[in-house]
This record gives sequence, C-alpha cells and structure tokens, in this order.
Amino acid sequence: MRPALTAHGDSGDFVAASPQIALLRFITCGSVDDGKSTLIGRILFEAGAVFEDQLEALDRDSRKFGTVDGGRDFALLVDGLSAEREQGITIDVAYRYFATPRRSFIVADTPGHEQYTRNMATGASTADCAVILIDARMGVLPQTRRHSFIVSLVGVKRIVVAINKMDLVDCDQRVFETIAKDYRQAVAGLGFETIDVIPVSARDGDNIRQASARMPWYQGPTLLTWLETVDMSEAAAEGEQGVFPVQYVNRPDHLFRGFAGTVATGRVAVGDGVVSLPSMRQSRVARIVTADGDWPQAEAGQAVTLTLGDEIDTSRGDVLVVQPRTGIVQVRRQGTARVLVTGDQPLRVGGAYEIKLATATAQTVISAIHHVVDIETYRPGMADDLPMNAIGQISLRLDRPVPMTAYRDSAVLGGFILIDRISRQTVAFGFMDADVADLPVGKSDELTRPLVNLRDRLLGPSGSVLRRQRLEAVSWRLTGALVLAVVMAGLDLPLPVIGTVVLADLLVRPVLKVLHHHVWQTARQPAPALSDLDQGDGI
Amino acid sequence: MAALGHLQRLEAEAIFILREVVATCDKPVLLYSIGKDSAVLLHLAQKAFYPAKLPFPLLHVDTGWKFREMIAFRDETVARLGLDLIVHINPDGVAAGISPLASGSQVHTDVMKTQGLKQALDQHGFDAAFGGARRDEEKSRAKERIFSLRTVDHRWDPKGQRPEPWALFNTRKLKGESFRVFPLSNWTEADVWSYIAQEKIPVVPLYFAAPRPVVQRAGTLIMRDDERLVLQPDEVVETRMVRFRTLGCYPLTGAVESTATTLEEIIAEMSGSRVSERQGRVIDHDGAASMEAKKQEGYF
Repeated sequence: MRPALTAHGDSGDFVAASPQIALLRFITCGSVDDGKSTLIGRILFEAGAVFEDQLEALDRDSRKFGTVDGGRDFALLVDGLSAEREQGITIDVAYRYFATPRRSFIVADTPGHEQYTRNMATGASTADCAVILIDARMGVLPQTRRHSFIVSLVGVKRIVVAINKMDLVDCDQRVFETIAKDYRQAVAGLGFETIDVIPVSARDGDNIRQASARMPWYQGPTLLTWLETVDMSEAAAEGEQGVFPVQYVNRPDHLFRGFAGTVATGRVAVGDGVVSLPSMRQSRVARIVTADGDWPQAEAGQAVTLTLGDEIDTSRGDVLVVQPRTGIVQVRRQGTARVLVTGDQPLRVGGAYEIKLATATAQTVISAIHHVVDIETYRPGMADDLPMNAIGQISLRLDRPVPMTAYRDSAVLGGFILIDRISRQTVAFGFMDADVADLPVGKSDELTRPLVNLRDRLLGPSGSVLRRQRLEAVSWRLTGALVLAVVMAGLDLPLPVIGTVVLADLLVRPVLKVLHHHVWQTARQPAPALSDLDQGDGI
Repeated sequence: MAALGHLQRLEAEAIFILREVVATCDKPVLLYSIGKDSAVLLHLAQKAFYPAKLPFPLLHVDTGWKFREMIAFRDETVARLGLDLIVHINPDGVAAGISPLASGSQVHTDVMKTQGLKQALDQHGFDAAFGGARRDEEKSRAKERIFSLRTVDHRWDPKGQRPEPWALFNTRKLKGESFRVFPLSNWTEADVWSYIAQEKIPVVPLYFAAPRPVVQRAGTLIMRDDERLVLQPDEVVETRMVRFRTLGCYPLTGAVESTATTLEEIIAEMSGSRVSERQGRVIDHDGAASMEAKKQEGYF
C-alpha cells in the first residue's frame, strides 16, 4: 500500500484491511470484419460478466439480427445503439465493465472505420493499454496501421495484438508468425514499449480464457491472463514534481479559502513551498483538507482541497507547482501541437477558438498549419486545412499566458480541446509539443538559424499554407514575365527592350501592389468579431 | 496514478466531475432518486465540497407511487444532513389521474418521470443536473457521455455527442441547452455496494431482505405497499423474504427472493448472481432499445 493510502488511517479501517483491486482501462481496436465486437462479447462472457437475462436477450437478438448462422452472436451484446444494431457496425465508443479476482476492467470499445477516428482516439485517451485486433486471413492492413497510429498518438505504450480467426487459417503457426513479424515492422517507429502477440479465435473462445487445444505451439498467456498481469506501474513516478491545477476555489465563509483540485503529477505535502502559475506568487501548503480528515500528503490522481499559508491571488486555471521549480511546467502564450479534428468544419489558419487545457481556458488563434499526417503511411504532407478526423501539426497563439507541459510529460497539462466559439462544439483535441525554445539546437543549426529565420519570415514556416501561397505567387509572376518575353520576342523587339520591360514587370508591379495594399490596410476597420482578440500583444 | 486503488480512482474521478460542473455551470442540481446510486452520489458531492455545504439543491421528481419507506428515508436524510430538497410532482399527470396501474408503465413513466423532470428543470432554470446513472446498467447508457448535452427541449442526440477525451469536459453550451452529468458513469453495481460498505453510507432498508407482502404478477414479485394495488381475482398476497436490487415506483419494481440482511451478504449474493440488476425493472422491457428512445425524449 502506498504511503498516502495508509496515511489517512482514521478515514476507515476498511480501506486498510481490504487490499484494493487495481483498475485497468484498455481499448480494443479493430473493425467489425476483424470480429472486434465478438471478441469483447466473448471476453465479457468468459469473465462471467454476462447475466442469464442478458444471455436470453442475446439469444433473442441473435435470431433477429445475428450474423452467426444459428449461433450466439456475441457482437450483439455490445452494439448498443439502434442504428448500430440495424447496420451491424459500431459507431460510438461504448464502455464495458467486468472484474476478475485479480483486477477490475474498463473496456473502451471503439469503432474501427476511418470516419470514426475521433471516437477511437477518445476511447484511447484514457486507456492504460490497447488490444489491437488483426484478422488472420488478412494480415496487417492499412487500418491496422491507422489504429496503431491513433493509439500511439495518445501515448499508449503497451500493446497486445490479438490475431483473430485463427480457426479459419487452420491454426497455422507460420501464418501467426508472419503476421507478428509484419506488425512489429509496421509499427517500429511508433514508440511502443511492449508488443505482445496472441493467436485467438473470439468466436470459439481459443486463447481468450482457456489455452487453445488446437494451437499447442503457442505457449504464451491467454488474452485474459495478459490483461490481468500486464505491468501498469508508472515508470517516472519517483522524483516527479508535484503539480496541482486549481479546479475550484472553495470559500464557504470568510475564514476558509481552499483550492480544490486533483494532483496531476508527483506529490504535494503539507509544508511544501509552492509557486502559483502564471502569477509566480509563492506560498506554502498549510493543510490538505478532505472529508475524511486532513492528510499529510496527496499524490497524482487524488482529489483534495489545499489551503495555503498566505493570502495569494489564485483561481481556477492557475497551477500550483511544488518548489524548487525545476520541473516540466512552463507558462506559455503560444505552442506547437498535434491535433485531431473532431468538428464538421475544417481547421484553418486564422481560425479562432476557445482552448481548454487542464482547468484553464483561453482564447486562441491557429497561426500556422504545418502538415497533415497520413495515418496509414505515417508520412507528413502539405495541407491548407485539416478536415474532420485529420491529424496534423499546428501552431497556436493564446490571448493570455497558460501553464502547460508537453503532452509526453503529462497528459493532464499537455492535452487540450478546442471549442468553437459560436456552436460551442468540441472541434479538435490536441497534444502540446515541447516548446520550440526548449529543443536542443545543434552547432551547425546555430549558424544557419538567421538564414532560416529570414526565409521563414519571407515565405512562411516550412510546410505552412502561407509558404505555399507565397511560392505560388512567385511562380505566377515568373510565368507571366516569361510569357511577356516570348510574345515580345515574337514581335521581333530588340533584346535590351525585352529585358527592360520584363524586369520592370517583375519589380515595379509588385511594389505598386504592396503600396496599394498598404493604403487599403490602413483605411480598413478591424472586423468586430475579432476585435476582442486584437487587444494585447499576444494576438 | 495506476497505483491508486480501484475505488479510490473512481471516487477521485467522480469528485473531479462534480467540481467541474460547479466551477463552470450557472445553476446545477442533483437529481435525487433515493436509491443506492443517489446515496453514493450525494456522499461524493458532500466530499467534493467539504468543508462547505452542498453548493446546489437536490431535486426529487416524485410520481406519487414510490415505496413509503423511500419517502421516509428521503425526509430523514434531508433532515440529518441539512440539505435543500425540491420535490416536484407533475400536476398535469396528477390531474389526469395517471397511474402505473391504470395508464400502463410507458405512459406513467413518460408523464410522471420524463415530463415531470423537464417541468422541474425548466421551472427552476437548472442548466446542469447530476444523475446517478451508470454505464453498466443498460446498453444505450454504455455509449452516453459523462456530460450529456440536451437541447432546449431536453432531447439527447446519440449520434451528435461531443468527444470526451481524457477528463477534459467541454462545459460550454448555448442558451437554453443543459447537461445531464453522470459522475458514476464508470461505476458498476458491485463498485457501488463496495463503496457503500467502505464509507458506511446509509441506504433505504428495502435493499435488505425482510418478510414483505408480495403478489405474483406477470412473472414478477410486486410488493403491495398500499391499498391502491388492487388484487386481481386469482392473486393472493403472500409474505415472503424478499429484497430489491433497484428502487422505483413500487408497482413497477420487482422484488427478488433473498435472505441477505447485511451489506456483506448483499455483496456475496450479487457476486454469485446470474441475472442483471435491471431485470426487475418493468420499464426497461418495453420493446427493443426502449431506453435509448426514452432518453432521446428527455428521460434520464
């Protein structure tokens, strides 16, 4: 038992007496053709989580909608919405719950089709590990690569690949091994820490709970055993800085002023010196208040209320960090991030949104779209905008400084959503990159940096729409000048005349255009909808 | 984070959700249905805002057909904890003489619960209502978000749900829209009972087995809580040792035969059970995907 759990012993002897079962959250990725719903239905059934009345309903539904001739269609256990049952596909994330004597499980059952990428990413965002399903007859498909990419995007590190429908390939060990090798090669660059591969038949139950008699060549764990025993201990827990985003200021009367929130990383203890970001004001943790009595300390994931030794101005959205402040949290008013678009309307440069990051909100504008990622080949490509379900890299400017980290350091302080200011819908969610200023800069890079900066200033950042527009404009001017030269040559004009006219056309017209543009720019009023963003120097 | 115990993780998640609503919504309310899930939700809400009192009232949408013991427990709880309780009963339904016996379970549920809830929310202008619903209860609930956005008419659009990554809840809404918020989304029936035992939370005595007057009706054991349950010619009232796994309107709530008189016995009985919790709920069986249809119309 961890110190924080035993520390509040007066909260109840029950906690101390009964060892608590750990909770594992996992996601299943695959499409209906891979037999994903069948696999989950089978897991629930094997774990004893399907009750008799549900089995009766299942048998009734199997006769009505079932796709397994004359048999029980386990997929119908999990397809909940009527549209899904009619179409025989999974549309939305569904959460399933079951427990074995060793662990409790929450399964995010997510759709595999490309148009539901956002739903899969949502399910993956809270997962400790992922089950990736491959149809043994098909091997590694583009969709397998897509599912693996989404899972890696949200930071899942532990993968188990279930190669399903082994019965349809005669339980052939060579088929299994070829697919396992292909898969490891396909995802080699995605940064998974562990990849285990298990041959299964979800329909018949091979290697789900019971080891398969038909595949004696497989000696590893069954899928349920893997889920019960996968190591969940957090690698970086020791020595992590205590970080506490303030969620709610609790002031029942003038005597009590508490900062309610959930510890994001590390540990906060009574007596710790803290700095409130972004104000940088300092204080000390006076009490850690809970309904079960005061605690001496609280650690990541625990929801508590802190009181401070000094009356400092701190409110929702601020972040308290334990000193010395050598940690990962930075106060920034811009950032580069990967985003996954969830709204109907594409994200564009200049688009203005509300950003919610941890408990903070701010106004934000997309200042650049750097690239879009092809989620099957993992290659970046050029993009003017990012449509629904696209994943790309953008730069954001905020209207005020917000404490944040890179997503890889903390999902709580590096993950965010973008909210449309008119429809109030969630149009994207994103993953902050490390601040550009923090990136290690090499010697050779230092020498060329001014040139690179100049180029970026003239042409826009690499891969951005701005650069593409400027390059297009230059290309158009050159083409125009060339046509002019060819026409004049056809008219037998002397070479110096042609040269002068072409040069004048190339130089004088752009200059006149810029001057003309400036006249209009100064005459134009700022658009009313954006005027609130024009104040301040951030945007 | 993974090192936290299973109930600790669920408790912290629920407290986070409760605080998020109070920090971002104008006028929240806690839908209090008196059952075990409501009891856990109320307990978590008190923990979330300790040492302050609850920063929102409780709302009980009554139908006039709850078990008498439920009403007694409700009033005792409110008095003991010093809570602010609003009781609403649909006056139109009362005037029309709606009852689960005369009108049938579908009409009764729609008028007294769904319409009654909408009336109360509109009347008081609540923009966020906490409910104790769990995703493991029913298939369409398994796909509902923790923050479930409802239109001005309280309708749920299952296909247009907002993505809910991490614990980043989009609490923005248009004027007139509201949220149903489910802090217990990720809890199971077993979690609820384990937590009640751990935290020593009082629950309605109907959950514990006792000799009670019941009649067999359409394969279900219905308790005769008062004289309004008129017996059919072939029905007899028997005293049997029964308890309830869920609580609602007494003519629509099936009892199970049981000898479990303590929390430990309930937990033991449940882990050996082969039928699901909502099996005793008559209203869930009104046709395929009926919960989804009810929710679209504004039901919890």
